[in-house]
Amino acid sequence: MSKDIRLKKGLNINLEGEADKVYASIPQSQYFSIKPTDFHALTPKMVVKEGDKVKAGSCLFFDKYNEFIRFSSPVSGEVTEIVRGAKRRIMEIRIAADSEVSYKSFSLDANATREQVIKGLLDSGVWPFIRQKPFDTIANPSDNPKAIFISTFDTAPLAPDNDFVLHGLDKEFQVGIDVIKKLTDGKVHLNVDGNTNPSKVFTDCKGVEINKISGPHPAGNVGVQVHHIDPINKGDVVWYLYPQDILTIARLFTDGKYDVSRMVALTGSQVERPRYYRTISGASISNMISENSIKDGINRFISGNVLTGTQISADGCIGFYDSQITVIAEGNEQEFLGWIAPGLQKFSMSKSYFSWLTPSKKYNLNTNYNGEERAYVVTGQYEKVLPMDIYPMQLIKACMIEDVDAMEQLGIYEVSCEDLALCEFVCTSKMEVQNIIREGLDLVKKECS
Amino acid sequence: MKLFKNLLNVVKPHFENGGKLEKLYPAYDAFETFLFVPNHTTNKGSHIRDAIDLKRTMFMVIVALIPCMLFGMWNVGYQYHLAIGESVSIFENFIFGFWKFLPLIIISYVVGLAVEFAFAIYRGHSVNEGYLVTGLLIPLTMPIDVPLWMLAVSVIFAVVIGKEVFGGTGMNILNPALTARAFLFFAHPIYMSGDKVWVHDAMVDGHSGSTILGELAASSNWQSLSFNPFDMMMGTIPGSVGETSFIAIMLGAVILIATGIGSWRIILSTFIGGFAMASLFNFWGANELMTTPAEIHLIIGSFAFGAVFMATDPVTGSQTNKGKYIYGFLIGVFAILIRVFNPAYPEGMMLAILLMNIFAPLVDHYVIQGNIKRRLKRANA
Repeated sequence: MSKDIRLKKGLNINLEGEADKVYASIPQSQYFSIKPTDFHALTPKMVVKEGDKVKAGSCLFFDKYNEFIRFSSPVSGEVTEIVRGAKRRIMEIRIAADSEVSYKSFSLDANATREQVIKGLLDSGVWPFIRQKPFDTIANPSDNPKAIFISTFDTAPLAPDNDFVLHGLDKEFQVGIDVIKKLTDGKVHLNVDGNTNPSKVFTDCKGVEINKISGPHPAGNVGVQVHHIDPINKGDVVWYLYPQDILTIARLFTDGKYDVSRMVALTGSQVERPRYYRTISGASISNMISENSIKDGINRFISGNVLTGTQISADGCIGFYDSQITVIAEGNEQEFLGWIAPGLQKFSMSKSYFSWLTPSKKYNLNTNYNGEERAYVVTGQYEKVLPMDIYPMQLIKACMIEDVDAMEQLGIYEVSCEDLALCEFVCTSKMEVQNIIREGLDLVKKECS
Repeated sequence: MKLFKNLLNVVKPHFENGGKLEKLYPAYDAFETFLFVPNHTTNKGSHIRDAIDLKRTMFMVIVALIPCMLFGMWNVGYQYHLAIGESVSIFENFIFGFWKFLPLIIISYVVGLAVEFAFAIYRGHSVNEGYLVTGLLIPLTMPIDVPLWMLAVSVIFAVVIGKEVFGGTGMNILNPALTARAFLFFAHPIYMSGDKVWVHDAMVDGHSGSTILGELAASSNWQSLSFNPFDMMMGTIPGSVGETSFIAIMLGAVILIATGIGSWRIILSTFIGGFAMASLFNFWGANELMTTPAEIHLIIGSFAFGAVFMATDPVTGSQTNKGKYIYGFLIGVFAILIRVFNPAYPEGMMLAILLMNIFAPLVDHYVIQGNIKRRLKRANA
């Protein structure tokens, strides 16, 4: 039975710089990069070296602990640099793109068996788009997940609108879904936004459970949806994908290509004309930035949204899973007696600044901490923004003291960093909640394996 | 503003690593961050942060306390002039009370912050904002004539034993403001109870100024009291400085609840608990305090002040939402219970809150165990 879930808890942060629903075309980026750091807990083993020629779909590196999981080049060109960080950790593989992309060809049959499908996804390098809960790592191909979840909407601040991005791609989407369906004996849950009229691409989709979820952010997060539809306990595994990645899978099966082109929304208060661009995963954002114009000042470029994204440089590259670039101002300025001011421009979930008088106002927020880190004092804040039957503060404290038993009891398997990103945002004591949860998850994973 | 910035820039090098006053950096930091919200930016996790911080939170509580404080000052003057039989203007009453109350505030803040700074410097961490509220709450819970040295000693006791030995703001088990009051109450009961302390100079002049609870405990019927319910609502009655006016306290409650800083769950359930317990006693009716109507119980003594400003301390109260209902309810129950059965001291709010501070973690424990069991059940289903 499909479900209709209405969530009350959560918080929508109204920011300036939502992308207009228009596409702008830009010339293809000159260089690309694949960042092994986008894949949590991955130890890469290189296949190529600097100077090698690659095609779109050629393997660049694989997972040291599971050699079947491969990572492919998004374009054809030459590997120019393998950037290493501390302890020689591989940070980035840079590729100078050819002017015309040539694809490695894969021959896959849409009527293949589960094993053939998995092999095809692994060989082509598409597999890493499939991730699992708990732990948010790349799915293990030898698992049989109890369900697969696809959230068709993103409620994060300024997030791209999938109804717009996938408009008219009904056929392709259905092809992708049919492939995905083979991966599980359980259900494929396609969760649509109950706040709006979701696109026909999703509502007319066959062979899936269509669930309606409504409510403020984080209603669009897969973790929250799993919690309400088919919760995971210790030992359970569910897989999840993003809607645009389903198209990538579809293209692999229809055209035999590793084609990771996608729509990316350029958003944020520092962008003059926020809008959508058609580009390729891993592309440098410099083209986008120069085509548009970015407001003066010291800016922060984020691959992803403001709550969970990764900071990149002005000529950095789009992250593997991201379809949004956000540009906001750095807030490295002191403010005179800011904590006493009426604060009409300040956004707060609490009503302690007078900005609550203008609830529909859009805000221009910068990266200032707005205070200093403190011990926990205020309680009950996190509960307002986490629509799960979980005690977030107690869970975070269990993570801090590394008590694995308590973490398990309090529901660590059900949460991801992104689900608690709002807790971090609203925290009066300015705790680094996502980092604490990530370390807790890593500890549990280590103890369990 | 520029002036402050320049001034800070001049002195800052002395406090930084390698400077002469390096050890005093927490003190410098406290002043700098008081004047300027720091320029720290996010580097991990969420790139943007809510505008609220602990300074703003504490500031809002102080704003919520202002009605009580202003009314308390006026009432000090009013009660005094009433007792000596003089009639003066509202403004004169206020000025009189202002000058009587100001030394208490100054002593409380100076002594308390000195201890806080000393601990921050000793431990090398930043000065926490918790004392901004505690420092105002302590004098508001005192009788106006409390000797200043006693106030200073109780403040030191509260900050050191009540808070810093546990690790500072956020780590304490008991409400620091109530710790101060409880300390004075047991160490110097003559100055903290009876009928000679609630009006200025009562001890010297000998004019009586017993509180309503004092009169009730001395077996006078509530209907024969010298005050009517309207006085009790308004607060034109003797008592600790901040506790008398139900209206002013409710104004504070509205500010705390509207801004989302105080827990409405605790405030509401404390009143419900108190009302339920007092109603029960109404049926029993063995003494004057028992027969006092439940709604009167809620507006006299320190019940309302405690419910709104003391029970809602998030550090010492229950932390789970369900726990907050239980915690508040039991505070109300115990406050009335102590009030009715304790012949030596007719006010139970302080002791009820301190008692529930101790039990709050236990309440939370059972609430969380309930959640864990529910989760396990779901797994087995």
